[in-house]
Amino acid sequence: MDCLVALCQTRPALGDLSRNFESHQDWISRAKDASADLIIFPELSLTGYFLKDLVPEVALRLDDDRVQKIIAQSKDCSILFGLVEESDDHRYFNSAVFAEDGKILHVHRKVFLPDYGIFEEGRHFAAGEDIGTVKSKWGNFGILLCEDAWHAAAPWLHFLQGADALLIPSASPARGVDTDSPELSSQKSWHILNQSIAMFSQTWVLHCNRVGFEDGTSFWGGSSITSPFGQVEAEAEGQEEQLLLFKMTAGPLRRARIFSPLRRNAQPDLIRRHLARLLKDPDAMEQ
Amino acid sequence: MNDLPSPPGCNVELAEKVLVGFLAEECHKVGFRKAVLGLSGGIDSALVVELAARALGSENVLAIAMPHQLSSPVSLTCAQESAEHAGVQLEVVDITPPADAAIADAELAEDNSDRGRLRKGNIMARIRMITLYDRSARDQALVLGTSNKTELLLGYGTIHGDMASAVNPIGDLYKSQVVALSKHLGVPDSILNRPPSADLWEGQTDEEELGYTYDALDAFLHGMVDRRYSKEELRQKGFADDFIQSVTHRVQINQYKRRPPIIAKLANRTINLDYRYARDWGA
Repeated sequence: MDCLVALCQTRPALGDLSRNFESHQDWISRAKDASADLIIFPELSLTGYFLKDLVPEVALRLDDDRVQKIIAQSKDCSILFGLVEESDDHRYFNSAVFAEDGKILHVHRKVFLPDYGIFEEGRHFAAGEDIGTVKSKWGNFGILLCEDAWHAAAPWLHFLQGADALLIPSASPARGVDTDSPELSSQKSWHILNQSIAMFSQTWVLHCNRVGFEDGTSFWGGSSITSPFGQVEAEAEGQEEQLLLFKMTAGPLRRARIFSPLRRNAQPDLIRRHLARLLKDPDAMEQ
Repeated sequence: MNDLPSPPGCNVELAEKVLVGFLAEECHKVGFRKAVLGLSGGIDSALVVELAARALGSENVLAIAMPHQLSSPVSLTCAQESAEHAGVQLEVVDITPPADAAIADAELAEDNSDRGRLRKGNIMARIRMITLYDRSARDQALVLGTSNKTELLLGYGTIHGDMASAVNPIGDLYKSQVVALSKHLGVPDSILNRPPSADLWEGQTDEEELGYTYDALDAFLHGMVDRRYSKEELRQKGFADDFIQSVTHRVQINQYKRRPPIIAKLANRTINLDYRYARDWGA
């Protein structure tokens, strides 16, 4: 479990694969120079976020040379990075690839695609259907891509599968300066969310958010590492690119779970029965 | 309409950080180091010049004051004070000759009807736009917008005139937030304390022309647009029916000013309808 995590708070260029591939090389070198064991990039780190009609134009198959080049770089350091993945049947997924020991260990296809407000993912992407964990040499990891983290059942499924850490790459837009809060309202929400998820699931939460502007919308950065007790242990600055390093250890996992054995008492079968009942009863679900 | 909700607050430190970052990044990534903007002597452009000087360096910002002979002389003094405070170069361009030529050509010189004043105001705003875009091409400097969210929502501006720009840092700030951020950035008191005015004729003020105070308008628009309160909720908050009706109508009829022209659809992919790319595509 004990490993040095490097969160790469990058500024992807919108729709410019070449430039983003190059910058991935730089970030990976920097993280390796710092002896990182696990490198995490933000959501859609190879493409940028507000892609609109660019989605099929910047999509990559997993056997693409450039993708393979990054995967090859995971021989001595695990890497999680984001891209538009094109499937054999030409569906496009907002995916995060977990590479380790020079091969793909897992691909998480974003399940919950936001399609409201400024978000248009539901228009352009196909939704993933799998919420499984990655058995990395550094631990059992659950990957949640941005909006996935907002649907309580997703981290809970990882929790049931014994996740040690939740890896959350995101492209969260900066919103809300009209309150008295010292933080942007979107940043404040994510703080509460990360800490709550960490406490509910008693896992480390590694949140890697991007920075930069796309058509006037900024991404607030503030990547952070939250302990299984819900304490923010490390946090990047807002707005600027930054490599955030943190030594993640097993000790807090064990202690948090001794203090409150939530997993032991989770009663997944009870939840399953209630869910089955609700699904059969449209009135109760207001479907 | 007593005891109305307060206008929206503004976390000025955060807003400054985001907007300075916005100007630097949105200008630099499209290959521009410089920016140009019109300085009216009012608070909106005074705020933008402060932000631009911080984002691009004051030596990379050109401010242009464009008085007409009917403009208040105080406007030019305030523009000079504002440019000096921000440390940017100020160019003064008298628009009287080109504006009056266009006004004479349109046979509006003696026309002081509401429609005549509107047309003359539009002509002046568009002459200023021509001046700014000419200096933009001369100096390879992006034109910065100075329209705030209140006036954009109310349509209180001239399309292709003062509403024309390449990037606008304050279009998501209500007037009251513009005031708060301007104070934070040290905009001179002489500008902070001036009643907002389009300065098209003597004694004109925004609030008189709009018929309501900015505080009331901002509180209402923020509630309706940002907080998504229903009309019933806004009524309960103390806004009068005729106020709700007239402001809502005004926002709606001016939607055209906030959108690019409508294109008749014929093909499978029509620009902006189903041919959709960010403007920052590849930037």
